[in-house]
Amino acid sequence: MLEEKTCCCSRPALNEDWVIGNVETPAGVIPQVRTLLTKKDKVGAIKVRCAIGRNNYIVTPGLYAAGSPTDESMVFVSANYKLSFDHLRRALDGIDCWILVLDTKGVNVWCAAGKRTFSTDEIINQVIETELLRIVSHHKLIVPQLGAPGVSAVNVRKECGFSVIYGPVRANDIPAFINADFKATPEMRKVQFTLRDRIAVIPVELVIWFKQALGIAVVLSLLSGITHDGYTFTVMPKVFGMVFAGWLTGGAIVPALLPWLPGRSFAIKGLWCAIILWGIFFISKLTGSTMLENSGWLLMLSAIVSFMSLNFTGTSTYTSMSGVKKEMKIAMPIQIAAVIAGLIFIVWGGF
Amino acid sequence: MKYLKNVATLKLDTEKCIGCGICLSVCPHKVFDLNPGKVEIIDFDACMECGACMMNCPVEALYVKTGVGCASGIINGILGGGGECCCDKGGICA
Repeated sequence: MLEEKTCCCSRPALNEDWVIGNVETPAGVIPQVRTLLTKKDKVGAIKVRCAIGRNNYIVTPGLYAAGSPTDESMVFVSANYKLSFDHLRRALDGIDCWILVLDTKGVNVWCAAGKRTFSTDEIINQVIETELLRIVSHHKLIVPQLGAPGVSAVNVRKECGFSVIYGPVRANDIPAFINADFKATPEMRKVQFTLRDRIAVIPVELVIWFKQALGIAVVLSLLSGITHDGYTFTVMPKVFGMVFAGWLTGGAIVPALLPWLPGRSFAIKGLWCAIILWGIFFISKLTGSTMLENSGWLLMLSAIVSFMSLNFTGTSTYTSMSGVKKEMKIAMPIQIAAVIAGLIFIVWGGF
Repeated sequence: MKYLKNVATLKLDTEKCIGCGICLSVCPHKVFDLNPGKVEIIDFDACMECGACMMNCPVEALYVKTGVGCASGIINGILGGGGECCCDKGGICA
C-alpha cells in the first residue's frame, strides 16, 4: 500500500489514499494531503507500534500541501517515516501550509537527525528538487526542533537562502506555536518520556527481544532436563515460564516503572526488578530445591532483565553515548559472567 | 529523569559565546540558560550529547562528542554492524 515507490521522478505520488486533491503552483501540481487521519492511518500506526512493517512505513519525499496554501504560506519540514508525517499533517488541520518531506530512509526525525539523514544537505537538496523558491515568496522553513542535531541553520541559509525557524518538539504544539508568533515556550522545547510514551514502546521492546528469550528458554529447558535419573521433560514448562517472565519484566515492567526504579544506571534499575521477580519465584518454590539451582536462577534472571534494561537506553530520550559506554563497560562483563554461571548452576543444581 | 553524573563531553567556550541563545532553542533538555550577553550551562548532567547545540552555534562556542546513547547501537558498532545506530538492524529507532 504505502510502500509504493514513484517510478520516474522525485515528485510525490498523487495516488496515495491520503492525497485528497492538488494545488497548482508555478512549479507544477502539488498533492494536497488529508489532515484528518483515517482508520487505515490509525491501523498503520498501531502496526508499526507493534514492530510490523516498521522498516518500510514510508512517504515519498517532496512537497505536499495542507489546506490551500499560497506563496506566503509557511513551509513545515518533516521526515519520510509515515508516522512522523501523519503526526504533522494531523497537527496542521485547518492551517494552510506546505509540508516539505525529506528523504530520511523511513526513519523518524530525531533518529534521522542523529544519523545525519535529516540534514542540512537533505534540506538543501529538497528545496532545490521541489523548486521551492518558485512556489513561496518568503525564505523561511519551520524545522522540527528534534531535527536540529542534523541541521545547521547557518549553513542552510548560506547554501540555499532559507532561514530555519525551529518549531516545537511535538507536532501537537504547532497551532500554539503559530499563535505565539512562531515562538516555542520552554515547555514545548523539552523532550518528555512520560508513562504514556514508555507504554507505547513496550510492544516493540517485547518483539525485539522475543527471539533471544526463546533461544535462552530452549537451551535452558533442554539442558535442565538432564538429571541423574535420565532425561525428563517435566521441567520444561517451568523453565519457559521463568525465562519469559524475565523477558516481560525487562521489556514491559522496567520501561513502565523507569523513573521510579532506584539508581541512574539502567542496568541497576533492571537488577532491582530481577531480584523482586526472583523473590516471587523463590517464595513460590519455583527456583528449585537446591541452593545451587536457586542462586543460578537469581543470576540468570538478573542477567536477562538488566541486559534488556541496559538496551532500553536506546529507546529512552535522555541517555548520552558517554554515559551508556561507561555503564556498558561495567555491566556487560558481569552480565555475561552471570549468564554462564547461572546456566551452569541451574543445570548442575537440577542434576 | 537524569542519567549518569559527570559523563557528558559538552564544553562551552564562554569567550566565543555571543549570547544569541540558539542553543536554548535546540536543546531538548534545558541544559542552557541565557544570562545577559552569555549562555551558561545550568544542567550539565541532563546533556544527552545529541549535538544540536554544536551544529547550530554560529560561533563554534560549543563542543560535544556526539553519538547515540543506545547500548544496542554501540554493540552493533563494535560488532561491525554498520555504525553505532539502533536503526540499522530493525532496532528501536524507526
